[in-house]
Amino acid sequence: MTPGLIYALAGVALFVLGLAGVVVLNQALRRILAFNLMGSGAFLTLVGLAQRDGGVDPVPQAMVLTGIVVAVAATALALALARRLAQGGHGDG
Amino acid sequence: MGMAEAFLDPLPWLIVLPLAWAALAFLGGPGRGGHLAVTGLVVQLALALALAGQVLENGARTHAVGGWGAPLGIDLLADGLAVAMLLLAQVVALPLAVYARAYFSEVAQTAFWPLAGFLIAALNALFLSADLFNLYVTLELLSLAAVGLVALGGKPMQVAAALRYLLVSLTASAAYLMGVALIYGTYGTVSIATLAPLIGADPPLAAWLAAGLMLTGLLAKTALFPFHFWLPPAHGGAAAPVSALLSALVVKASFYLVLRLALDVFPALAAHAAPILGVLGAAAILWGSWQALRTPHIKMLVAWSTVAQLGYLFLVFPLLAPDGLALQAGVMQAIAHGLAKAAMFAAAGVLMLATGRDTLAGLAGVAGRVPVTLFAFGLAGVTLMGLPPSGGFLAKWLLIEAALSHGQWPWVVVVIGGGLLAAAYVFKVLRQAFLLAPEDSHFHPVPRSMEWAAFVLAAASVVLGLRGVELMALLAKGAA
Repeated sequence: MTPGLIYALAGVALFVLGLAGVVVLNQALRRILAFNLMGSGAFLTLVGLAQRDGGVDPVPQAMVLTGIVVAVAATALALALARRLAQGGHGDG
Repeated sequence: MGMAEAFLDPLPWLIVLPLAWAALAFLGGPGRGGHLAVTGLVVQLALALALAGQVLENGARTHAVGGWGAPLGIDLLADGLAVAMLLLAQVVALPLAVYARAYFSEVAQTAFWPLAGFLIAALNALFLSADLFNLYVTLELLSLAAVGLVALGGKPMQVAAALRYLLVSLTASAAYLMGVALIYGTYGTVSIATLAPLIGADPPLAAWLAAGLMLTGLLAKTALFPFHFWLPPAHGGAAAPVSALLSALVVKASFYLVLRLALDVFPALAAHAAPILGVLGAAAILWGSWQALRTPHIKMLVAWSTVAQLGYLFLVFPLLAPDGLALQAGVMQAIAHGLAKAAMFAAAGVLMLATGRDTLAGLAGVAGRVPVTLFAFGLAGVTLMGLPPSGGFLAKWLLIEAALSHGQWPWVVVVIGGGLLAAAYVFKVLRQAFLLAPEDSHFHPVPRSMEWAAFVLAAASVVLGLRGVELMALLAKGAA
């Protein structure tokens, strides 16, 4: 088993854990964290799978960087909404 | 392509322009955004028409952003399907911008225009994307702008609906991204054109898994039954112009992607999933229509009708064939429903402003006060029911023709049954509006521009049925 494949499998495990979290948990903050876990899992799989032949492929790294920026923006929006909801007194977070 | 030619190409401007007016609206502050948006959208509509002319004449074409081609840079692709969706987006957005200028207070407009601009830019970029990863990015941009718009009013119910929508949307995008990771790991590319021949008819397990993840994620975003639970509160609870943008355009973007994947990336795999998609579509038509009939709120009725009408889009998949009938039906339905639903939400917004209430019961007597709006609601209803000569009629006719030519008559029953149910919920609204107003009721005046914006959209959805030939010619221009 190559190191790249180990990363990819770890990524899949993180993704599944995160997905279970989003579906099962009911607090907004925990679900937002679980979504981040899913994202990280997908990124790890993307980088891990692309390294099978030993060399480093720059394209998935660029994709993951873009993906992280998107995930940060999405998390910020989710947190802002969750806070607004909690302040309104009707929140579940 | 020379420097000047590249600069005059309408393709990149369809993405840059909305970004520009969105940013300017944000910087300009209250009272400026509406003017900029309407001007920008007029230019965008002209650009989309110019692009459609080019594609009709010379076939599909690509544009390397900034002169850097794939794989290092990003390629944009405009084929018939992409241009048809681009046209829909600009045609719907322009009257809605006029509507929104009258609908929102100046304070609400400061947030509306930047978000609406980003939404349109993300949509246009999505329709023009030629690789799976760029599609992921545009899909996320679209969701972020859409969620922001849902939360615009700031009421606890709207914020709760926005958060739920965001979490569903993010989970769905993560599933899509995982699919992209598996595809890149297996084939070393995310370009749609390169992937199609590589994947072929008998792909490895990783491709199956990727297709399953991407498809499931996109179905959740399109709110196909049983993933529809987030749609009615988000679309029904948002401000009227926002509901119109979301129901008409945003859910169509993920449907467009499902169609792209089924046609260009995983045709063999999609063929296996097609019967399931058809059954879910049929379930969506029946369940959505039933819920629309039961709800006492006008906008929830329109939102549940979206759940039902989205179902028709998925009847297309079991009928996809080289004759192209089902594809034409799907795109016609997407466009006709886009126009009609934008009109219906716009009309519902006017009815709620005029009566000051959000229930069907409150509509009594409204027919005499806002006749143009009610006429618009009825015309949009004609498209949803599928009566001639509307675009909805043409879409459903093509669907029935495709189903009969494959000998799959159960779909015919669903199409006709769905039309009857649509008639039932549309007439429920109209009947209430024509009742006599109670003695103690009083109506608020509504700006004329809002009524006419709704009317223009509704009329376009009906007239579309007469321009079907042009649309078919456009769709025939595949990515050769």
